[in-house]
Amino acid sequence: MPNLKTKVPFRGTKEQEKELVDFIRSMGDDKGAVMPILQKAQEIYGYLPEEVQIIIAEMTGVPLSEIYGIASFYAQFTLNPKGKYQISVCLGTACYVKGAGDILDKICEMVGCEAGSITDDGLFSIDATRCIGACGLAPVLTINENVYGRLDIAQAEHIIKGYLDKAKEN
Amino acid sequence: MNIVRSHVLVCGGTGCTSSNSPEIIKQFNKELDKRGLSDEVKVIQTGCFGLCALGPIVIVYPEGSFYSMVKPEDVEEIVEEHILKGRIVKRLLYEGDLKEAKVATSLNDTNFYKKQKRIALRNCGVIDPENIDEYIANDGYQALAKVLTQMTPEEVIDTITASGLRGRGGAGFPTGRKWAFAAKEDNPVKYVCCNADEGDPGAFMDRSLLEGDPHSIIEAMAIAGYAIGAHQGYVYVRAEYPIAVKRLQIAIRQAREYGFLGEDIFGTGFNFDLDVRLGAGAFVCGEETALMRSIEGHRGEPRPRPPFPAVKGLFDKPTILNNVETYANVPWIINNGPEAFASIGTEKSKGTKVFALGGKITNTGLVEIPMGTTLREVIEEIGGGVPNGKKFKAAQTGGPSGGCIPESLIDTPMDFESLAAVGSIMGSGGLIVMDEDNCMVDIAKFFLQFTVDESCGKCTPCRIGMRRLLELVDKITSGNGTLEDIELTEQLCYHIKENSLCGLGQTAPNPVLSTLQHFRDEYIAHVVDKRCPAGVCKNLLRYQILAEKCIGCTSCARVCPVGAISGEVKKPHTIDTSKCIKCGACMEKCKFGAIVKN
Ligand SMILES: Cc1cc2nc3c(=O)[nH]c(=O)nc-3n(C[C@H](O)[C@H](O)[C@H](O)COP(=O)(O)O)c2cc1C
Ligand code: FES
Repeated sequence: MPNLKTKVPFRGTKEQEKELVDFIRSMGDDKGAVMPILQKAQEIYGYLPEEVQIIIAEMTGVPLSEIYGIASFYAQFTLNPKGKYQISVCLGTACYVKGAGDILDKICEMVGCEAGSITDDGLFSIDATRCIGACGLAPVLTINENVYGRLDIAQAEHIIKGYLDKAKEN
Repeated sequence: MNIVRSHVLVCGGTGCTSSNSPEIIKQFNKELDKRGLSDEVKVIQTGCFGLCALGPIVIVYPEGSFYSMVKPEDVEEIVEEHILKGRIVKRLLYEGDLKEAKVATSLNDTNFYKKQKRIALRNCGVIDPENIDEYIANDGYQALAKVLTQMTPEEVIDTITASGLRGRGGAGFPTGRKWAFAAKEDNPVKYVCCNADEGDPGAFMDRSLLEGDPHSIIEAMAIAGYAIGAHQGYVYVRAEYPIAVKRLQIAIRQAREYGFLGEDIFGTGFNFDLDVRLGAGAFVCGEETALMRSIEGHRGEPRPRPPFPAVKGLFDKPTILNNVETYANVPWIINNGPEAFASIGTEKSKGTKVFALGGKITNTGLVEIPMGTTLREVIEEIGGGVPNGKKFKAAQTGGPSGGCIPESLIDTPMDFESLAAVGSIMGSGGLIVMDEDNCMVDIAKFFLQFTVDESCGKCTPCRIGMRRLLELVDKITSGNGTLEDIELTEQLCYHIKENSLCGLGQTAPNPVLSTLQHFRDEYIAHVVDKRCPAGVCKNLLRYQILAEKCIGCTSCARVCPVGAISGEVKKPHTIDTSKCIKCGACMEKCKFGAIVKN
């Protein structure tokens, strides 16, 4: 997936930084610690902006270029923040043959941003994910923790419209 | 344990959890509590039953009533009617052949389960995966005890070899032989790894095994550790599988408490422990050398072999890596003997294979069949056929490394050799069914997009070759291709296969080659007739107004965003195809079915 550069500024807090620093210290010099550290950092901040990568590089002594190399290699790590509403459309094979591609296009059109990016107001982000293991419910999409399955375009439209209206209200 | 008169099994697999099974469990406990039945009836959250299409699924024993698509609102009725009054709630019973039998005679008599043989999945949907006692009650850790107290490491390896077990992760390498290589290495430090990266998008059997029966993997890995002389194991699980990770961690903790992991297991002096490592969403990390690089904390890039991991693997120590399902078979083989296992399946493919059946099929879900069962039996009998009266077109196995099996070959037996002979592979067990509405060129393109995204970039044939291949296929689906492009596509496929560094590039052209082999006429239709026979490729679609059906209501002309439709009121309209952007808005708007695409 493309990791498009975001326009949303970094808003990390001191508490978040402390949590990360404590975690890195707790790892000692365990072999293979970079991955768990990046996973923890993403859990804390929701994504891995440059500012966070620098903290990790400085504390572990692993060069920033290598941290960036690892962060950009794995699909789970994201260099962009996620929206308040994170939309993920499964594009695994089972979902794809049942029309998930068209659903994704429709949602991108409705929300107004591409897969792999976030709207400028930071409210919505859209991702195309690989199989989430609920193929029996294909096609599937998730919005934050909620899973919607056995969809067609009209239903997907209806669901997204609900969220768009909700976002407009607040 | 209390004596309970009734058990309520609720599926806690990913599919059913997504459709609200945790809420159903809560409701059951609440309703039972309200009626003071909590001590008599036990609610158990199990792993996947297999029939995901009908989830959430609830089974009530001793009757074995199989309730499908249960909603939290239905729970009160089940408790009140079935559990309290003994009257089965017929309206919720599984639609299939069960309903006619009035009561669920036995699950095993339904078409979905009849042809299945559950070895790897033996405990899935049967036990509570978060309770080690239930695993033990079903012969759990008996194989480990037998191995540690009665068998030498050589005997263990000989047993696995004699069973004929081959790797379920894709390549089908004989498991016993792999273990023997690692056992031969003289090194005090060795590792046992489990591949739970499950990269094939559309496959979920490894996940269901870890969610439904995590202890069987732990037990098998300890057995492998004893066989090759390793004391530490790693399970590499995708981070996208949170339920599997959690259950595995719970299971490891319980196994340690019971002394099945750790030091001096069963007082035999054998030490073995396990850790979980999370993958982070990279398909190439399913490849063995890349997986080990990833556990070491680097970018998961593969390296050339030899040296093979059995000689030089994780942290440069001798290492074996097996797939989740491969391990799940191991305790069964030890308990039941290698002959029992070898008696199932075909001459060269022994035992069973689990498939994740998905796509255009009625019974989507997990099925475990003896090797050699034909594709027709899986699709028509177990799978219940293609829904909506559509025609079966092809089945895809092996995901991004595999190929398609066309309708003419539907009697192909599902085993390693037969699938390879028709240009596909067994793969890890994804089985996606496609009907007449799927375009095979588009499917090939779908897999190419996947492998282009997932190529790690280390070797040129895969990094650049695959991108060129995608561009070529894209040119064909957008209607700009020529017959020469088809030739070039084919040649490029062979170059990439022959020259790539790892299994990813070596197999990535397979979806194109196999569709070219079986559906070449569809490629030709795209380039010569500029037509997509299945009506999928947008650029090749043409919207047309049927003059005899059009009444000239003008609503299509008004909805068209680019003004491509013209005509007088009450007279048939026409579409200017040079202006049309194929958004389909007109077709949606037309109440008279006068607009068609072809
Ligand atoms: C690109 C690529 C992806 C793979 N993905 C997986 C996977 O997701 N799961 C798996 O078990 N094996 C996967 N394999 C196969 C492994 O490299 C390895 O052969 C297998 O885990 C060995 O276990 P087995 O002998 O029990 O099958 C993959 C191989 C390649 C080349
Ligand atoms: S392919 Fe979408 S959940 Fe599996």
